[in-house]
Amino acid sequence: MSDLATQMVRFTVNGQPVEADAAGDVPLLAVLRGEFGLTGSRFGCGLEQCGACTVLLDDEPAYACSRPAWTVAGRRVMTIEDAGRDPMLAALKQAFVEEQAGQCGYCLSGIVMRARALLARQPAPDRASIAAALDGNLCRCGAHNRIIRAVQRAAARLSDAGATA
Amino acid sequence: MIANQLPRSLADNPRLDAWIGFETPGRVRISTGKVELGQGVLTALVQIAAEELDVEPTRLRLVSGEAGEGPNEGYTAGSYSVENSGGAIRIVCAEVRALFLDRTASLLACGTEELSIEDGAFRRSGKGTGFDYWRLAGDIDLSCASTGGASAKPATACRLVGTSLPRTDLPEKIGGGAFIHDMVMPGMLHARVLRQPWRGAILGELDERALHRAARRPIEVLREGSLVALLGEDEASVEAAAVLAREKARWTGGEIPPDAVVQPDWLTTQPAVDRVIANGKPAAGERVEATYSRGFIAHGSIGPSCALARWDGAALEVWTHSQGVYPLRQSLAAALGLDLASVSVRHRQAAGCYGHNGADDAAFDAAFLALKRPGHTVRAQWTRADELTASPFGAPMTVKLDAVLDPEGRPADWGIEIWSAPHGQRPGMHRAINLIGAEALPGAPPRVPPGDVPDANGFGAARNAIAFYDLPAQRIVTHFVAGHPVRTSSLRGLGAFANVFAIESFIDELAEATGQDPVAYRLSLSSDPRARGVIEAAAAMAGWSPDAAIGEGTAKGFGFSRYKNKAAYMAAVAEVALDEEVRVTRVWCAVDAGLVINPDGAANQVEGGVIQAASWTLKEAVRFENGRATCSQWDDYPILRFSEVPEVEVRFIDMASEPALGLGEVAQGPTAAAIGNAVARALGARIRDLPLSRARIMEALL
Ligand code: FES
Ligand code: FES
Repeated sequence: MSDLATQMVRFTVNGQPVEADAAGDVPLLAVLRGEFGLTGSRFGCGLEQCGACTVLLDDEPAYACSRPAWTVAGRRVMTIEDAGRDPMLAALKQAFVEEQAGQCGYCLSGIVMRARALLARQPAPDRASIAAALDGNLCRCGAHNRIIRAVQRAAARLSDAGATA
Repeated sequence: MIANQLPRSLADNPRLDAWIGFETPGRVRISTGKVELGQGVLTALVQIAAEELDVEPTRLRLVSGEAGEGPNEGYTAGSYSVENSGGAIRIVCAEVRALFLDRTASLLACGTEELSIEDGAFRRSGKGTGFDYWRLAGDIDLSCASTGGASAKPATACRLVGTSLPRTDLPEKIGGGAFIHDMVMPGMLHARVLRQPWRGAILGELDERALHRAARRPIEVLREGSLVALLGEDEASVEAAAVLAREKARWTGGEIPPDAVVQPDWLTTQPAVDRVIANGKPAAGERVEATYSRGFIAHGSIGPSCALARWDGAALEVWTHSQGVYPLRQSLAAALGLDLASVSVRHRQAAGCYGHNGADDAAFDAAFLALKRPGHTVRAQWTRADELTASPFGAPMTVKLDAVLDPEGRPADWGIEIWSAPHGQRPGMHRAINLIGAEALPGAPPRVPPGDVPDANGFGAARNAIAFYDLPAQRIVTHFVAGHPVRTSSLRGLGAFANVFAIESFIDELAEATGQDPVAYRLSLSSDPRARGVIEAAAAMAGWSPDAAIGEGTAKGFGFSRYKNKAAYMAAVAEVALDEEVRVTRVWCAVDAGLVINPDGAANQVEGGVIQAASWTLKEAVRFENGRATCSQWDDYPILRFSEVPEVEVRFIDMASEPALGLGEVAQGPTAAAIGNAVARALGARIRDLPLSRARIMEALL
């Protein structure tokens, strides 16, 4: 009980301005899940070694499990729950369902978030670049090939949409 | 489609209403004792029920894994779900459908042959009758026992079974709160429990004040014997105290495993229960021998185990991702001294489960602590280190093969000798509680050495020990190391993984020794048409060539088995490229699983099995140092990553008229064997101990 003081930080989550108590190096993941009920981001290791907790921080992938919440003050956090608003996340989610890319699904939100970051900088990645981008994300069920196909499917759909827009 | 004798699940739970109900208008309740582990079983069961009832799949509501309410089907394991639960649901639904049709016919004074069903509504000569399942539900007594007599639809009449109905649970699993980890209860207390580093370890003095200081908000420290739990409303505080407790804990006594416990020949020198399963007469002549092994394998579920429990002073409710809610309920009641009737155990989904992992132990943690804090829901969450080091491991095995060859190069006899740690120490097995939290309490009963998994369940150590070939005079001996100090239990495939790896490697070695092509050699030893079917299909898919060069750094290898010698058949070809490490570039699989309820879901299972087995084969082995498993984080226990996975092609042999055969574990053995054989051909030398690690490759290259 060394320190009961609070340390409020402001940032945005999925476009919404939020405020949270970030005292004591509480990880961003705990704030997202515990405080905001955003359970789409998952705890897998707490050690930056599995990617289950991956969110986007100003559009770049970040491990929410180990990152103290106070470090995101003033920044934009995007989680899988933003699929209702973000066309790239929506396209990825849909492609994952169409490819039935997953078994238990526990790893998938982190993978989708990392794939979103990949597609934002590389709209038509090949198998090798998708695999390389996802190497920090583990999947124990072995759904890797379907996941790679789903990312390619989403990429194709997004580029079609871009072409007709 | 599914075999017509009464499946075990139905014999054990004969009442129709245990399986089905029409309580809500427009909806059908189907209850199953089997649980979703990520394998898509609930989707397959929906297809089977909707097919027989002629209702749209969207009307079905599946109630799964509710001990005390739904049917007791033991564990969701061993690839039995579609055969047993699916078989039961199919028979029950066919019977219920017939009861309703009879009732409709008598109300309309017509023959049942004039009636048909469209999405749950009964039609007469194609016209609506105003009757449907829900309207007539009150007329029909479903509390009676199934007769098993109704005839289910023939495969040719099926419109849902055999199609790839997409899994409806996937969208929520991508981005929702589908998991037990996401459950939030009012007044919830978070808990962490300190794990003993080895069995029977005794915890020394622990400075509880330091633990309180490490937490930002108030926590409780609860200690009984060697069980220490930290509890509090603020999860981060509980976690902070747990980190310190782990660091400060000092352990003595107990069954400290030596570092050498991982060596294949450590296992063969231990006291063991010996058993002769077959004793064919040895042939005379020069004997060929080879010994293979696999080490300890961690389950490595991506989500660490979690459970919730609540005690209101009279009843204990537990939420768990256990594979067996009924056996867990029994063990919990026994361990906590409660009446069975006061304990309910409900399954909630979690990350992929490939056997007996930490789920049950986490349930004990939550239940034990709930009893201490009546009125609160206690949520026990394991850490990554707990999950990787405190879950039971897949059992190490050493397997020795021998044969005398006849003048044509065929085995004139065949021997297999297996040393194995236990493959089944689930809660309740061998009349033991088998929950690690309970073992840490003062006065815990002494450990009962377990038995092997019963033969009727497909064997443990000897699973797939009988080579599925036409071999004369098979000798099968097991040496079961019951007193193994390390806690091992069921991991996908049990003994089949090592036995198939060994048998199929040895078959390749014999083929090579007699200058024969491995595929042709296998075919010469196999008269089973379905075995031949998958062997030929996989060879064709992979463009297998008998003249492929040996020792060139890239090669293809072959592996085959029929899982448990009674479930699905699979042949695999693996293509590898070698430098300092093995890269598996492609795998082709031909599978005969009889009628496949959901082809895409089944392919997903096989693909996943191949990748997981490739990971076990190439990378995985737990090491021990000073008694502790060293795999406390992923960096110490690497598994196959995206850039390392092979492309996998799966083809099912069309066998829709044959009974459905379990396939969830079919890929493990053949994949390991195919990779091992490919590596042997690429390298021009054979590695017989798994994993086929970089160190072993380098050694073989020298
Ligand atoms: S939970 Fe964050 S990387 Fe594993
Ligand atoms: S789908 Fe289960 S871990 Fe990836």
